[in-house]
Order: sequence, then structure tokens, then C-alpha cells
Amino acid sequence: MSLVELSNVVKRFGALTVLDEASLSVEQGEIVAIIGRSGSGKSTLLRCVNGLEAIQSGRIVVDGTVVNEPGTDLRALRQRVGIVFQSFNLFPHLSVERNITLAPRVVKHMPASDARALALAVLRKVGLEEKIDAWPDQLSGGQQQRVAIARSLAMSPHLMLFDEITSALDPELVGEVLKVLEEMAREGMTMMLVTHEMGFARRVAHRVVFMHKGKVWEQGRAAETLAKPNTPELETFLASVLH
Amino acid sequence: MTYSFQFRDVFAAWEFLLDGLTLTLLLSAVGMVAGLTIGAAGAAIRVYGGPWPRRIVSGYVEAIRNTPLIVQLFLVFFGLPGLGIKFDAETAAMLTLSVNLGAYTTEILRAGLEAIPKSQLEAGRSLGLSGWQVFRHVVFFPALKVIYPALASQLVLLMLATSVVSQISAQDLFHAASIIQSRTFRDFEVYAVVAVAYLALALIFRAFFAVLHHLLFARR
Repeated sequence: MSLVELSNVVKRFGALTVLDEASLSVEQGEIVAIIGRSGSGKSTLLRCVNGLEAIQSGRIVVDGTVVNEPGTDLRALRQRVGIVFQSFNLFPHLSVERNITLAPRVVKHMPASDARALALAVLRKVGLEEKIDAWPDQLSGGQQQRVAIARSLAMSPHLMLFDEITSALDPELVGEVLKVLEEMAREGMTMMLVTHEMGFARRVAHRVVFMHKGKVWEQGRAAETLAKPNTPELETFLASVLH
Repeated sequence: MTYSFQFRDVFAAWEFLLDGLTLTLLLSAVGMVAGLTIGAAGAAIRVYGGPWPRRIVSGYVEAIRNTPLIVQLFLVFFGLPGLGIKFDAETAAMLTLSVNLGAYTTEILRAGLEAIPKSQLEAGRSLGLSGWQVFRHVVFFPALKVIYPALASQLVLLMLATSVVSQISAQDLFHAASIIQSRTFRDFEVYAVVAVAYLALALIFRAFFAVLHHLLFARR
């Protein structure tokens, strides 16, 4: 069974239909890049996976949990599904260590000393061990985003969601964040990432999913799909972002 | 000017002033604790509550903020006994001051809660925190930091506003001053002394809030 299974998902914001019968499944260990124009529904799709957005119809099953049912324990699900946002969303009043250890301590009741060791371990993965006692506003955008990734990793997720995590970064800082993702990819993390980095998608993703008008319009193996799109919509989109 | 200042009579009644000061401090302390508690609940309802609770809290806030404190005080102390609800002057004063401050702090705290971006709440929820945990660990502190200066000012204002309770003969500092005045006829001296006392209290309060600010928000 797939780790993530979205079937005919419909999401509306008022009169606007953002997801229109979107279906997608993601296997354990797979890296899926979701691309498309702004407004195509790709971020919303991602946010539905951990229940940040309620849906109007369809079915979403993640790691054996039906997300869109009234009785679903979303808190338990979210401990297994990490998400990293475009704007980092670190907690400004907490140090790097406390940003990372907040959920392990509060949700998993981890003792403080174990939590610090955990913070060091996940910071090592993103190459920022020496920043454990720093504050978010002392870090560059790229460093903040890497701390945000570390914060998610501290919960040992089965699945990571990345929502345009390099879009708010200065161009010279994009590389350091993508490097962290590549490392996670090597370790076999299952990832869904909404991205505008086509080069990265081609290099790292197993599969590319093109969203258009709230639907999964076209998908396939990353290199092939990006080189030879089947639909004119993807072709137009690629022409507009690649030139 | 031929007036000769005579502070001796005023200072001779120092025990009287001290009793008044004690009640002023007590009213301030009770008003602050109760008012902040009401304000926290009110703000939480205004930001996170359903439509009807929100409307009720809005009604409360507007009713209090658009009527004079002294009228509220008279309504509680002189008005409510007509309906069979009786308080002594000190209790009526505490009740009124708490309810009054509660309305102002509801608005201040609401502004703080609304200043926290939704993305911060989402980040907290996405890590598996419960609604209460998000409020406590993600929202509360930054919100408090935003509104701290306004809140501190409001609490000092409350302390100064306690002086109206003398009008229902609660024996606070200002009431003591009025009694001394009527016995000694040293109007200038007694009111000058009391003015300095309020000034000193206000400065002490502000210093206390400054220290508290440092303790709460200094980076550790």
C-alpha cells in the first residue's frame, strides 16, 4: 500500500475550486516533485496531506491514517509527517535548540538532556551544529530554513512535505538548502516537494507531478517528463520557467 | 504670598495615610490579577470563540469602555442593592475595578493574539502540538511581548483610577486625604502629599514592569 493516497480530492475556498478531483499516490521512499503555475493547487494539495486544509470531498490516506475523517487524530499523524514552509516559520522567541526540541519535549515528553542531544543530531544533518544556541533572527534565510528542516526531522517523520522551501531565499542561499534535501534523499526519506527548482527536480526527484487547474495533469519519471512533456499545458509551463 | 505651609498636621496622620495606601495597593493588586484573568478569557473568546460568545464579549467591552468608571462604581455600590445584591464598599470597589480593567485588557490582549501570524500557529500544529500547546508555547509569549507596553500602561492607569473608590467611602489613600483635609483644612498640603504618593507609586509600578519585562523577555 502507498504511503500517501489521495483520491478525487476536491478543495474549495468559497466559490473557487482549488483542487478538482485531484488524485495522487506516493510510495514509501519515493521523492515526488510537484510543479505547476501559482494557483494550480500544488501547495494546497501538500497542505491537505497533513490535514492543514480540510477538503470538501475525496479521500486522503497517509501512513495508514484516513486524514479527512472527523475522528482522525491529526496530532498523531502530524508527528509522523513533517512539513517545511516557504517562510521558515521558526518560532522567533525560542532559540534554535528550543525550536527543535519544543515538539519532542511537549508532545513526546522527552527529557531535556535527551532533547539537546537530539537537537545536536538533527542540526548535524543540516550542517548547523554550531548554531544550537543561536536565535532565529541571527541566522541567514538559508540557515533558518535548514533549522526548520532539522525541527521537522527531530520528530522522526515517515514523510516530509516541502512547500516551496527555497522560494523566499536569496539565490546564493538556495544551494545549501537543496544540498540538505539531497542528503535526506540519499537516506531514503519519502518526500513530496512543491518546487520551482526544475534542475533539482530533474536531478533528485523520482517522479514529477504537474498540477494544472486543480488536477494532477501529467506525471511521470522526472527526467523523461521534463524532457518530453505529453501535454501542451506542461510544455507551455516548462517553456515559461526554463528559458 | 502670605500662605505658610504646614505639613506637620498632614504627616501627623501618617498611620491613616498608610492604611489608605494599603487599600490602594490591595485594590490595584486584586484588580490587576482579576482584570488580567477576565481579559485573557475575554480575548481568547474574541479571537477563537464562536459568534455568540464573541458578540457577548464585544458587548461587555463596549459597555465598559464607553461609560465612566465612577458611574460603573455607583451602579454596583448604590444600584445593585436595589435588586437585592449588596456589597461593602471595598468589595464593590474590587469588583468594579476588575470588571473595568477586564474590558480594557480584553482589547489589548486581543490585539496581541491577532498580531501573531497564522503561519506560526500552523507551524505549531504541524509539529503535533495541541491547540492549547500551540497557544502556550507558540502564541502566548510573542503576543505578550507585542502588547506589553500597552498592558503595563493600562495597569498603572488602573492604580491611579482606584482613587475614585473614595466616592463610595472605600478607605483608600485618596479617602484618607479627604478625611485629613476635613480635619486640618490644610488642603494644599494634604493633596500635594497624596499627589506625590501617587506619583511615587506610579513610578514604582513602572520600574517593576520594566524589571519584569527584562526577566520575561531577555534572551537566555
